[in-house]
Order: sequence, then structure tokens, then C-alpha cells
Amino acid sequence: MPTKIEKDAVTGTDTTGHEWDGIKELNTPLPKWWLYTFYATILWALGYFVLYPAWPGLSGHTTGVLGWTMRGEISESLAQAAAAQAPFVNRIDAASLEDIAKSTDLRNFAIAGGRSVFAVNCAPCHGAGAAGSKGFPNLVDDNWIWGGTLDDIHTTIQNGIRNSNPDSRISQMPRFGADKILDAKQIDDVAEYVLSLSRRSRNAAAAERGAVVYSENCEACHLQGGVGNAEMGAPSLAANIWLYGGDKATLVETITNSRAGAMPAWTDRIDAARIKMLTVYVHSLGGGK
Amino acid sequence: MDGGVAPGPAHAPEVDSAVSIKTQKAAMPLYASRIKVHPKNVSGLYRNIKWGMLVACLAVYYIAPWLRWDRGLFAPDQAILIDLPGRRAYFFFLEIWPQEVYFLTGILVLAAFGLFLATALFGRIWCGYACPQTVWTDLFMLVERWIEGDRNARIRLDAAPASFGKFAKRTAKHASWIVLSLATGGACILFFGDAPTLLTELFTGRASASEYFFVGLFATTTYVLAGFAREQVCTYMCPWPRFQSAMLDDRSYVVTYESWRGEPRGRLAKKADGSDPFVGRGDCVDCNACVATCPTGIDIRDGQQLECIGCGLCIDACNAVMDKVGRPRSLIRFDTLDNQRARAEGRAPVHRLIRARTVLYTLLLAVVGSIMLVGVVFRSTVELTVQRDRNPLYVRLVDGSVRNAYTVHVLNKTHNMRDYTLALEGLPTARLSMVGGEGAGDRLVLSAKPDQVASYRVFVTLPDGAATKHESTQIEFKLRAADGRDRTERETVFIAPPN
Repeated sequence: MPTKIEKDAVTGTDTTGHEWDGIKELNTPLPKWWLYTFYATILWALGYFVLYPAWPGLSGHTTGVLGWTMRGEISESLAQAAAAQAPFVNRIDAASLEDIAKSTDLRNFAIAGGRSVFAVNCAPCHGAGAAGSKGFPNLVDDNWIWGGTLDDIHTTIQNGIRNSNPDSRISQMPRFGADKILDAKQIDDVAEYVLSLSRRSRNAAAAERGAVVYSENCEACHLQGGVGNAEMGAPSLAANIWLYGGDKATLVETITNSRAGAMPAWTDRIDAARIKMLTVYVHSLGGGK
Repeated sequence: MDGGVAPGPAHAPEVDSAVSIKTQKAAMPLYASRIKVHPKNVSGLYRNIKWGMLVACLAVYYIAPWLRWDRGLFAPDQAILIDLPGRRAYFFFLEIWPQEVYFLTGILVLAAFGLFLATALFGRIWCGYACPQTVWTDLFMLVERWIEGDRNARIRLDAAPASFGKFAKRTAKHASWIVLSLATGGACILFFGDAPTLLTELFTGRASASEYFFVGLFATTTYVLAGFAREQVCTYMCPWPRFQSAMLDDRSYVVTYESWRGEPRGRLAKKADGSDPFVGRGDCVDCNACVATCPTGIDIRDGQQLECIGCGLCIDACNAVMDKVGRPRSLIRFDTLDNQRARAEGRAPVHRLIRARTVLYTLLLAVVGSIMLVGVVFRSTVELTVQRDRNPLYVRLVDGSVRNAYTVHVLNKTHNMRDYTLALEGLPTARLSMVGGEGAGDRLVLSAKPDQVASYRVFVTLPDGAATKHESTQIEFKLRAADGRDRTERETVFIAPPN
């Protein structure tokens, strides 16, 4: 409670009138410019209350006269980006895959766009660098299960593999062991033969026996010498590049129970132009044929 | 004086009641408002030099953006241009890419050493004559003087009650200031775009919002700093006055008051017997002309001060008074502190421009200047950067070979389309190939558009059986312009699984 404002003898300044145990406080007011700046910021803040969403209510909040929202702002900038890309996206839409790959401008745009589509949709299985992992093919090498031309890759992305899409790529390796087509001895021999295709067999006699089993049971799809057949989705067995693993135990497991990796069809999830961009991107990773 | 006539001045000088702002401030409490300085007009040598520098500095500022420099079809023809969206800076023959910002650093280092040298030799001549704050404040004061009159008229106008005349003068002054400020802000952005186009856009309302914003920003700062803040910028905002004393020594030329000759000062009064009124006293007649004319409102007779910008206007003011009272000129002069002591003791002044300090600054200037020169002369017009794919580290192909992928950026700093050949060193059996490009084998042809960066994905494939000694092998990409004049190289590694 201010009691008595007096002039301080030493400094000649007024006191505030506050006194504690004989200690009096000098009244040295704030600089004018500071005070006015402070008032100005208060006015500025009031402006915010009116213009922008500010006060929470029971069922929502005040929206502000500008109608600004963060969500609105981002959809606006997304629309701007889409508009800026539209000329290129339209050209991609109209061009054939070969033309896109031949034109420097379109190819660069497709690769950049495809990379972003890949990161969002494909990276969870195939990995950020497209190197794949067990059960998910490596897209960087030149070993393709369903073919590595632009058209092959395009079809695979559009329709997927072993899914409910009517155009999905379908093939099914028999469960040679589980369905008692081959006995354990035959499976062991044919696994030895498959090892020999990539020069890794240590049992020539078993491999020789396995070759017979192979020609009767496997050659129809995997072709002679295990070169594979992309038409049927039958992987190459001679390349020493393995989706599930190339050691003997894994080979026996694969022959016994078969494998059936699946991939979704993307044609309903990603628009046609972006699927084309994705195709060119995957093709450019290094293995494209 | 002529025989028979009493010695002394022909007429007494006008005595001004100016009191230095320091004296006034001493009596004021903390957070006092600024004490307005009303500098009086003066004429003389230093005033003329200051006018000359003002014209020269403004001429450079307003003419520089209009200079043209032909760089061919693919680059702007403005001699001095900072192209922010294009990420380029142009300075006559020199063109700087963002990664070459060290050229700018070099220019700033040169400017700093130049400032140190000038200060060590002649005190704060930068502050007094060439600093934008000084130039624009001087310009604003000139306008103020034209409209409101000189010092005394302005003091009277400040004190006068509100009237139509006062209002008209104030309006005219601020309107002129605002026009000058807009012209300043407007010229500033001309360095950041094609000047003729930008100027037309500014006046026809087609310039972008950010351009108007920066015109407004620089206009506002000019208006506030040159119209109102003035000497406070030098005293309170600018760091230079705080450490410039480190460059000064007793042999630097600074504005000094010859107290040995001026003191004891006193108003000039005719002696009753008509004898020389200067007998038994100093030459300073305490007319305060030096204080009245000082743009920072200080009294140079108090000695060397932080606030003094070394403009020498007080010298002109004092010389005029000394002429009137018939005493020798240069009671206030550009002189060294050493010389002042010498003069006080009756010794001859010594002028020594070459001293350890100035030699050191000159050497530093020469060294930095030479480094810059070498950098400019040997500036390469091509650059190569190589990023190795790290995910996956390597790929094994069907035929057993191992492949690494690299993203290669070729920076073409010329204004022509250019072809380059890329070769590999360190892996003799490896093959080069790329996406969407020509050539394969031991060299690739990469082309880059004028003034652009071209990006390529390059594959290095090591055939099966060509074992590498270590998991990681040092390799080097060598890039060579097809016309053979420019070459550069970049080291990286090739990674293969251990055999």
C-alpha cells in the first residue's frame, strides 16, 4: 500500500511510496518505447483472437473471421503442388512407358515422382532402398521373378501377385512334400541338384539322382538348367539369388511346403500416371531389362 | 593588426548557447528521452569533402544496378546481381554459386581489413564520410534544413505552438523524407532482380508482394534511422565505435582540440584599454560553434569520445570563427595525439604513416587479396559430386558380378551446353553404365545444360571373379570436359562382399 511518495535525496527521484523495514523503492519507470511496444503487442494479440481460431468452447472453438485452419493451409499447398505438376503428370499419362524412359525430362520427373510413391507404398515390404528382404524380392538386381521389362514391371504393380484382383499374377508351386508328391529322399536329392545349378553341391551322386527328379517334376516351370520362366513366375534357380534363402535346409523347406508370396494390386490405390512413374523408377534402379 | 587600431576582432562572433548532450544528460534520470540534436550548417573544406562523398556514395548506390555486363544468352546481363531464386550472385566477370560463398567471405574480410587500415591511419573516416548511416542522415538533414531552416530556426519551430505554418513545414519535411526513403528502399531491391524490369513492375503494381515488402522494410528503416534515430545508431546500436579504439594509436589522425593553445577558454571581450584581448588566455572564444555544428551533439573540447564520428565539421566551424577573431586556424584539427603533445611542448610534429600496425594491416590485406585473386583466376567451371548408394551397399547380379550405384552431379558453370566424359580409376576390370545415357564400358558421356547441375545415376559393375582385396576399394571418378579444358575428379569407394 503506497504510503507517502517522497523525493529521494541522493538521486532526486521520486519513490514509489512502498517501504519495507525502512527500505524505500525508487520509482524508475520503464522506458516509454518499451512500454508502448508492450501495449502494442497486447493489441496485436487481440487482433489474433478476432482473426484466427482462439478460444476453446464446450463443443469446438471460435473459428476466427478469416476462417483459417492449418488443415486448410496444407490442402491449399498440396493443391498448388498438384497444379504445378499437372503439365508433367498429363504428359506422363499420355506417353507410353518407352517414351517416358527415352525422354530425359519425363524420365527425370518420373524417377523423382516414382521415388516418392515408392517410399510411401512399397518401402514397407521392399525396403527404402528397394533391396528387399526374405520373402520380398530385391528390385535393384537384375533377377526378376515376373519379368524385368517396363511392361512386365507395370503389369506386376498394377495387378499384384496372388491376390483377389481378377488380373492378378497367379502361379502356385506344388507342395511336393506336404502333398506326398515326392518322398523325403527325392526332395533331398532334388535340393542337392538345385545346389549344383549354382555350383554349390557337395554330393555329386545325390545331385545326379536329383536331376532326374527335377526333369520330371520341376522342369516344366523352372525350365531346363533352372533358368526360370518369368511367364509363369518361376524363379531362376541358377542365379544364386534367393528370395527365401539358398542353403539346403531352406531349399528342402521350400520344396516340401512351397511358397506363396503375395503382393497387392495397386491399380485401384494409385492413379495411372503415378503407377507409370513408379514403373520407370523401379526399372531405373539398375535391374531393368 | 594595423598600427593605431586596437588589436582584436573586427566584430564579435555570434555566440551560441549550445550545451553538449553529455552535459545535459548528466542531469537527467535513467531512461530519459533522446535529447534532440540540431546540427548547424557549416561550410569549409571538410564539409565540401563530406558533400563530395555523399554524392559519390549515392551515385554508386543508384547507378550500380543499371550497369550491364554481357554474359551470353543463358545468364542475366546485370553487372551486379544477387539472384536469390536462381541461387547465383553476379559481380561483373565473377559468378558465384552458393557453395562458393567463400568469395563473399573474402570480400567481407578484405572490407574489414581495409576498414582497420583506414582507421589506424586516419581515425573514423568511414563513420564520418562513407557509412550509409552518415550519408543518409546527412541527406535527411539537408532536406530538413531546406524546409525548416538552420539550427536556430529549427529550435524555434520545435518550441513554437501548433500552427498552420508549423504543420505545413512538418508535413513537407516528412513527405520529402518518405519520398527519399522509398527511393532508397526501391533502389535496394534492384540489386536482387533485373533493374529495368523490376522498376517497371514496381510502378505498375505488378511486382510481387515480397518485393513491395522489402521496399517498405528498407524505406521504413531509412525513414526511422536517418530521420529520427540518427546519432543514436552510432552511439548505441553500432558495434564499431565500441572496438575501433583497438585500431587506433597515438599516431592515428583523429579530430583533436588543441587544448594547449585554446585553454583557458573564455568569451571574447574587448579590453577596456584596447589591448590584445587574447593576452593571458587561450584562443578558444567558447562560442560553441563546434558543439552547434556537431551531428552527434558532442563537445570535441572534452577530448576523444566514443560518440565522435570523425567527420571534421567542427574543424570547419572553428576555422571560420578563428578567421573572424584573427587567431590562427586549426584550433580543432585532424592530428595525432603524439603530435598534439609535441605541439604543446613546442616540438615539430612528426607524420608517420608507416608503422608496425599499418604495415600489418596492409600485409593482411595483401595476403587475403592474393588468395582471392588466385581463387578467382583458377576458379573451375566444372564441379563433380558423387554420392554412393548406401541402401543397398552393393548388389549381386545374376551373372555373379557385383554392382555399386552412384548418384553423380555435374555442375556446369559455363553458359554453354557442355559434354563431359566420365572415367573410372582404381578398378581396371570394372564397367561403367548409367540410366538413360549413352556410352558404357570404360567411359560415359554426360551432358549438362548451361549454368545447371545435371544428375546421373551411374553404375559400376565388377565382373564375377575379379576379386577385390578389401571389402572397400578406393576408386576415383574423373570428369573431363569434351573440349578438354576443364577437368576434375572425386574420390569414393566401391564395396564388394568379402571373398
